Amino acid sequence: MKNRIRALLALTAFLTAAAQADVTLLNVSYDPTRELYQEVNAAFARQWQATNKEKVTVRASHGGSGRQARSVIDGLEADVVTLALAYDIDEIAEKAKLLPADWQKRLPNNSAPYTSTIVFLVRKGNPKNVRDWDDLTKPGVSVITPNPKTSGGARWNYLAAWGYALKKFGNDEAKAKGFVASLFRNVPVLDSGARGSTTTFAERGQGDVLVAWENDAFLALKEFGPGKFEIVVPSVSILAEPSVAIVDRVVDKRGTRKVAQAYLDFLYSEEGQDIAGRNFYRPRSQKASAKYAKQFPRVNLFTIDQIFGGWTKAQKTHFADGGVFDQIYQPGK
Amino acid sequence: MESKTLHPAGLTADMTTIELMAEPLRAGGWLVSEAYAPPARRPRTRGAPPLVRRLLIASAVAYFALVVLTPLVAVFYEAFRKGAEFYLASLSEPDALAAVRLTLILALIAVPLNLVFGVAAAWAIAKFEFRGKSLLVSLIDLPFAVSPVIAGLIYVLMFGLQGWLGPWLSAHGIKVIFALPGLALATIFVTVPFVARELIPLMESQGKDEEEAALVLGASGWQTFRRVTLPNIKWGLVYGAILCNARAMGEFGAVSVVSGHIRGETNTMPLQVEILYNEYNFVAAFAVASLLALLALVTLVVKTIVEARTHEVSAR
Amino acid sequence: MSSHPRRRRGVLPGFNLALGFTLVYLGAIVLLPLCALVIRSAALTVQQFWDVVTAPRLMASYRLSFGASFIAAAINTVFGLLLAWVLTRYRFPGRRIVDALVDLPFALPTAVAGIALTALYSNNGWIGRYLEPLGIKVAYTPVGVLIALVFIGLPFVVRTVQPVLEDLERELEEAAATLGATPWQVFSRVIFPVLLPALTTGFTLAFARAIGEYGSVIFIAGNMPMVSEITPLIIVTKLEQYDYTGAAAVATVMLLVSFSLILAINALQSWNRRRYTRQD
Repeated sequence: MKNRIRALLALTAFLTAAAQADVTLLNVSYDPTRELYQEVNAAFARQWQATNKEKVTVRASHGGSGRQARSVIDGLEADVVTLALAYDIDEIAEKAKLLPADWQKRLPNNSAPYTSTIVFLVRKGNPKNVRDWDDLTKPGVSVITPNPKTSGGARWNYLAAWGYALKKFGNDEAKAKGFVASLFRNVPVLDSGARGSTTTFAERGQGDVLVAWENDAFLALKEFGPGKFEIVVPSVSILAEPSVAIVDRVVDKRGTRKVAQAYLDFLYSEEGQDIAGRNFYRPRSQKASAKYAKQFPRVNLFTIDQIFGGWTKAQKTHFADGGVFDQIYQPGK
Repeated sequence: MESKTLHPAGLTADMTTIELMAEPLRAGGWLVSEAYAPPARRPRTRGAPPLVRRLLIASAVAYFALVVLTPLVAVFYEAFRKGAEFYLASLSEPDALAAVRLTLILALIAVPLNLVFGVAAAWAIAKFEFRGKSLLVSLIDLPFAVSPVIAGLIYVLMFGLQGWLGPWLSAHGIKVIFALPGLALATIFVTVPFVARELIPLMESQGKDEEEAALVLGASGWQTFRRVTLPNIKWGLVYGAILCNARAMGEFGAVSVVSGHIRGETNTMPLQVEILYNEYNFVAAFAVASLLALLALVTLVVKTIVEARTHEVSAR
Repeated sequence: MSSHPRRRRGVLPGFNLALGFTLVYLGAIVLLPLCALVIRSAALTVQQFWDVVTAPRLMASYRLSFGASFIAAAINTVFGLLLAWVLTRYRFPGRRIVDALVDLPFALPTAVAGIALTALYSNNGWIGRYLEPLGIKVAYTPVGVLIALVFIGLPFVVRTVQPVLEDLERELEEAAATLGATPWQVFSRVIFPVLLPALTTGFTLAFARAIGEYGSVIFIAGNMPMVSEITPLIIVTKLEQYDYTGAAAVATVMLLVSFSLILAINALQSWNRRRYTRQD
């Protein structure tokens, strides 16, 4: 009997155990930032402890950027959001009014403390000789990319290809559409998120080339062991600016504005920038940029504003139901 | 009131012919859940010629091995690919432990609630006639056929910030979705039918003569239920709870929609599997998956024991 | 019929309590939220609703979801019957283990099944690597969807047929055999007709379960629009594009299908029970 009580107590203790911290923050982020924010969160907690003598625990939630934004809209109490693209935060501002519409102006560099771009990951020795976007449309080349309808990274992929095609065909939209359509004809699997695609390509051995976030491509080299894959940098690509923002309604309700602001500021600090560079994100600060310059190949980058006139327009034209992406998959077109 | 004066369970001596005839069909009942008895008779060796027989056995076992066995073996193989040490390390990681904890809590909430519901529903349905009974039975079955994704979606539409009750809940600081209550609701939803579905045919086949006799002899309603009904349905209850538990712990689609995926907080074991998988941590993903597979195996062992017990009792 | 049950209802207590609790519980957990779903989709006009649920991508997903579920249920009906037959009629080493493990697909979490099947059937997996040279691709094609649905549907046919087979009266078969029927004739003329209702129930259960399946399918499906995208995935996709109404509309369609199938199963069973008692 005594044993049974003891076992019961142990079980209760196990079930009710929870890390109690003085302050907690919830950072709702997208898929490929897991490793980045693991490091950032620990470093920020150390810094906050040192300066404010207060223990802070940053809780993390990761998933497809769209799914994460949807959760915040539906009431997931995120103090800060660090998503793959500004559009997803725009949606939070518009649909749930949790932060002002001009949120992007509140922090430097379009509220994107680090940037990235889209590159190709190919198998060792580049057997299909993939050099640039053109090669992805060739028959017999199998391309892995996630579904732009659900994955933020995939939207960057798609727009990067579109931007290249516009340049190539002298801004001919119809030809660009044909180009992107023939690229997607080479796609055998559309995962719902960037991480799913990398797994499909690297672990399941599907496809000849993975179109991926630069940081995820580097991480894949690291995780799956060197000598299995190579990174190929296309002639032009898109400047991907993953944005961060404070969710005003939540921080005001929870009384965490100060620490949330400090958290985002930390991302812009030299220490935060260094962590970003170490995790294969392109830092903004000159010092960190110089330090990691060798790591990142030079690419001609265009921005979404230059080519597409901003996210809202790009989203509406390309990814909304019935948009260009849907038309590509329409039978007989 | 001595309950031993009554037949303990299963086939009662005064069971009508109709009930006996309906017996095999009750088995046509539903689901895996039907507690069938292991064959008491000596399996027949006559009938099909030996060659045909062997061929039948071989093809059945081959199909079984291909469909059921290989995925199971694959889970354990992948989990131990980097050795037992790595396996144990993956399982003792704090986030994995938190996921185990959350999954246990959810099962501890969902199973008892559905047990109470199952008994109440079976009591009303099996022991009484009323209008709309077949519709009620169908409604109880409904969560079985509803896509888990829809099960998650409905709670988002109810309790989400953009849903019916969301603004009110948020104003009062009550969290439902992206917290324990929402996960519990989604888990309860997908496991609603299992206990009730187990008990209804069992209680129907037992009829109500025993309870009526007890009442006539002066037992109170509660006494009758505790001393007569409960012992009769004991194994059915256990069986239903096992199935309910297995499904509660393994649910993925429904909880995925309402979880919010906060590390170490709102990730259940199946969600943790997905997360580890998305972190290229395949061995750890399969390690957590193997715990769930182990749970499935334990479930099946307990189920087999319960079946044997049920058979023993009903054969007496 | 009408006065009889009322008289008997009086004897046993607890009807109101039990039914009341059942209705409240079911109402709160199942019905009210489902109403929220239907009402949400009612925000659309009939025309809009129709356009949403008949969009080409959705039509393709219905074809896949219903088609693959149907084929999977059919495969399981054949092999489920075989398994049930072998398990009840023959003794062989490992029979009890096979018997116990038939329920595994039911007890194994779907996400676990999904990643395990993908690991097996992708072209570098244990099984996939032998199919690859034959030109058969399973993972990331509609065939992969089928495999996952076959896996999750197996227990339903076996477990509905098995008890009926066990309770089948051997005298009937023996009589037929004595009268000179071949084993095949005994099976097709005597046994099969008795099994048919259970087989149909098992088929419908496996079918109903497969239509809504999500966890095990998404890992192995490839999720290509118009090719290997299942309907539940479209609901999730719509949700992630903040299209709640569209998601609710598609969900309503699936809900109607599920409910019809459940009604069909229950009607089949009560018809079957009546038929049986009349014979008596």
